[in-house]
Amino acid sequence: MKSGYRLTLWLFLAPVLLWLFLLIVIPHLDLLLMSFRGESGVGNPVWTLQNYKNFFTEPIYWRTFVRTALYAVITTLCTFVLALPVSFYIAKLARPRTRGFLTVLLLLPFWVSELVRVYGWMILLRESGVFNYVLLKMGIIHQPVEMLYNDVTMIMGLVYTSMLFMVVPLISVMESLDDSLIEAAYDLEASKFAILRTIIIPHCKPGITSGAIVVFMLALGNYLTPNLMGGKNSLWFTEQIYNQFIASFNWNQGAAFGFLLLVLSSLIIWTGLKVTRQRLGEVAS
Amino acid sequence: MANDLSVRELVRTFGDFTAVDDVTFDVPQGSFFSILGPSGCGKTTLLRMVAGFDEPTSGTIAIRGTDMCGVPPNKRPVNLVFQHLALFPMMNVAENIAFGLKRRGMQSAEISRKTQAILERVDLPGYGDKRINQLSGGQKQRVAIARCLVMEPSVLLLDEPLGALDLKLREQMKVELKKLQAKVGTTFIYITHDQSEALVMSDRIAVMNNGRFEQVGPPRELYSDPHTPFVARFVGENNAWSGTVEEVDTHVRIRTEEGLLFRARSHDAYPAGTRVDLFLRPEALRIEPEGKSLNTFKVTVKTILFDGANSRLLTVTPKNHELLVSLPQNRQFDYIQPGDIITLDWHPDSGLCFEA
Amino acid sequence: MKKVTLLAALCCFLFATAAQAETLKILTWKGYAPKALIEKFEQETGIKVEATFSNNEEMIAKLRATRGAGFDLAQPSQDRISSVQEKFKIYQPVDYAKIDAKLFIPSMLDAVKKNTKVGDNSYAVPFCWGTSGLVVNSEKAPGADDWNALLDPQYKGRISYRLKRPTLIAIGFALGYNPFDLYSDATAYKAMLDKVAETLIKAKPLVKNYWANGDALLESMRSGEVTVAMAWDNGGWKLHADNPAIDFRAPKAGALGWIDTFAIPSKAKNVEAAYKWINFMMKPENAGYFTTQEKVATASLDANAHVSADVRANFERTFPKETIDNIKWYPPVPAKLEGMEGKILDKIKASK
Repeated sequence: MKSGYRLTLWLFLAPVLLWLFLLIVIPHLDLLLMSFRGESGVGNPVWTLQNYKNFFTEPIYWRTFVRTALYAVITTLCTFVLALPVSFYIAKLARPRTRGFLTVLLLLPFWVSELVRVYGWMILLRESGVFNYVLLKMGIIHQPVEMLYNDVTMIMGLVYTSMLFMVVPLISVMESLDDSLIEAAYDLEASKFAILRTIIIPHCKPGITSGAIVVFMLALGNYLTPNLMGGKNSLWFTEQIYNQFIASFNWNQGAAFGFLLLVLSSLIIWTGLKVTRQRLGEVAS
Repeated sequence: MANDLSVRELVRTFGDFTAVDDVTFDVPQGSFFSILGPSGCGKTTLLRMVAGFDEPTSGTIAIRGTDMCGVPPNKRPVNLVFQHLALFPMMNVAENIAFGLKRRGMQSAEISRKTQAILERVDLPGYGDKRINQLSGGQKQRVAIARCLVMEPSVLLLDEPLGALDLKLREQMKVELKKLQAKVGTTFIYITHDQSEALVMSDRIAVMNNGRFEQVGPPRELYSDPHTPFVARFVGENNAWSGTVEEVDTHVRIRTEEGLLFRARSHDAYPAGTRVDLFLRPEALRIEPEGKSLNTFKVTVKTILFDGANSRLLTVTPKNHELLVSLPQNRQFDYIQPGDIITLDWHPDSGLCFEA
Repeated sequence: MKKVTLLAALCCFLFATAAQAETLKILTWKGYAPKALIEKFEQETGIKVEATFSNNEEMIAKLRATRGAGFDLAQPSQDRISSVQEKFKIYQPVDYAKIDAKLFIPSMLDAVKKNTKVGDNSYAVPFCWGTSGLVVNSEKAPGADDWNALLDPQYKGRISYRLKRPTLIAIGFALGYNPFDLYSDATAYKAMLDKVAETLIKAKPLVKNYWANGDALLESMRSGEVTVAMAWDNGGWKLHADNPAIDFRAPKAGALGWIDTFAIPSKAKNVEAAYKWINFMMKPENAGYFTTQEKVATASLDANAHVSADVRANFERTFPKETIDNIKWYPPVPAKLEGMEGKILDKIKASK
């Protein structure tokens, strides 16, 4: 009887396990192996750490990573600062019907592909674009200004793309915040800012952390937005991986970069959790 | 004596609904004042206006003579103990208590001294490092009160803080709260729907119904001399009859709908023929009296509701009108069994009638 | 229960037969398989055509990932075949007996055969050719007639090019090198690339953006945001049709000439259909239709009669005899260079 139950369990689990193994574990193992392969001087394949060494010895590679990580952190911070009041409004102040409407409004941009969204921004911001047209007509500027292809625009694009992933976890933790805690703090002579700092943010910590992890990873792993909106001045680390695979045909180097991205980003998140004294298990629950 | 709180002609409406309707009262310094009423009577709205979470539609609230109109909650010299206490779960006991003092920018040495002192005062010395979820219900209660008292408010507001406790603890906390209030001398304004809480603790009670104060007075006065049928029904237990006034002398003579004739006190001078409600406390009914008066009648015992000193008989008149009768536990009436027919009598002064 | 099994079996059978219907999977560039020609081909042969659009680099990466499977026909540029084939073995030799040689311009067929030779076999036949050069708005940049216009401060903020290897080569020419001569000398080529990188980094404030999408570039030129760009000739001609001031211009140093080919992946399933498509596309009327549509000349011998007059006018205007003779055709790229170029391109993009 019991073994029959076990068998059924395994039968049900089999597709999931197979899927995990075939589509996630094996390709990653293949990439991992590939990252340790290289060519000897005469062009024969050999095992080597050279691909990893390249990352640390070539300033352009690690600088690109540092820049990417830094901008991903900035994006995460900006997203948080913007998402906090939005989610507070939706979770606490809006009437139930407005709340549904606002949530749909937030979701709406995600019904089109990222490419379309980014092109939408480009139409607005380009030199002959909508914003410039309006500003010129209003006489605020006299020469069209190129608003694309700079870091501010790129971060704005990244924030726009990741907003939802911060707002949703924040709304769900804020809904669990008892209004009377806020009132109690208010009653105990706390200013609005003190309430935010001492009550709301500590309560929302798990949501903030999970939102921040998702946004950070999304920004770090983004390819389209930095490439199209950042333009000529921004090499994103993912783009460098793509270039290694596609333009330089150096799959070994690309695989090594991929794993470095995985390891380094995990390290950054781990550090972030340590600094804010949290555990991943708490965040996930 | 100075008043800590003066409320004048206070009105609060939500659309067509009037939650608080022209309420005026004063709370003298150092007293324990309760607002008693059924849920939905407007007492919480009234309290939130005093605390500053809600603005009155009209009327004024003054604390120690200062008008509070437009003053936000964090600037008012009142503190509120919330119904579910609203202790901050992300902080320990000491941090909860120190919260308000920190917001005032007090020195940390001073804060910790005050925190220690107030914890001792509420009998929780050494509890400062405990997490909130490590405390029992009664301890949480005391922390919530300490958190407010440490702010040294002019008035402490309490919004049914005993509601979440179990019965035994509630009984105990009633006494403790009363003692605590006497000890610290702060003015307490206590909101409850439980008449026994109000009666036990308060110096004065306001009975509130449909947004209005029906009667304000000391507990005994409310109990023995209710001014309205609502107060008579709501404060303490009461038996009620409907009847008609037949004759008026020093008392009134009333014929109930089932034909019984009684002499009772009347709230006002009602002419003969007025339809009235007659109220009679269970403890006013004497079992098997010696002698006979107009107010003597017979009932059938249905059940014995044994509750120690508070034991009662549930009886019915021949026309099936239910009456509760106090059953003194002095063994005198141990023989009474369900189904017995017993004689009851009561003094004309203990029955009170209101125009229906 | 039995019914369900039967139904499942039936479904499997239906899917299997559907999959067996003959298809031809082409990995190609956008525009290289016009819808009308696909329909015509399907009508003539009954073979279904599935086209996937890509570019040189992705084509190679895709075939490399599957070791030459998944497609029956690919269309890489001729200079990107031999080194890739040597290293990754993703194509199979072309059986020239199955190619209708009469349809091709003989010199071009021979050149591609020669350039894609690895060992004893050749791996491609020519399909079409074109050039990279300058697309110029002559009202706003009348003087732009050579590669160094891309570095000219007077067009500041109005310049655009791709950040890809052709640009490195163009700038190499602008700096007075002949990059193609340096192909065989990796050290000298590296030295040139360093110089090119330095130049391009210094020129960053001048360039508006590095374009990645052809349609987006055309839009920028149409709106006047860009007045000098490095682009393909057909793009310039498309713009010329809308605005006569804009046109393709072959640089004095010579336009960069490319030939896109047909090559058959090593694990192609439907090789016969691939040959049928090659011969079909090279028929004068089909090649002519393609040229008219895409403004790209083909290696088809007699297609000219089927090309519309305005498209022919483009060729005649842009390519007089001496310009044609001056085209610098891409020689096959030695394997080592691409890694080197990749690093240089990253460096340029990353620097401020």
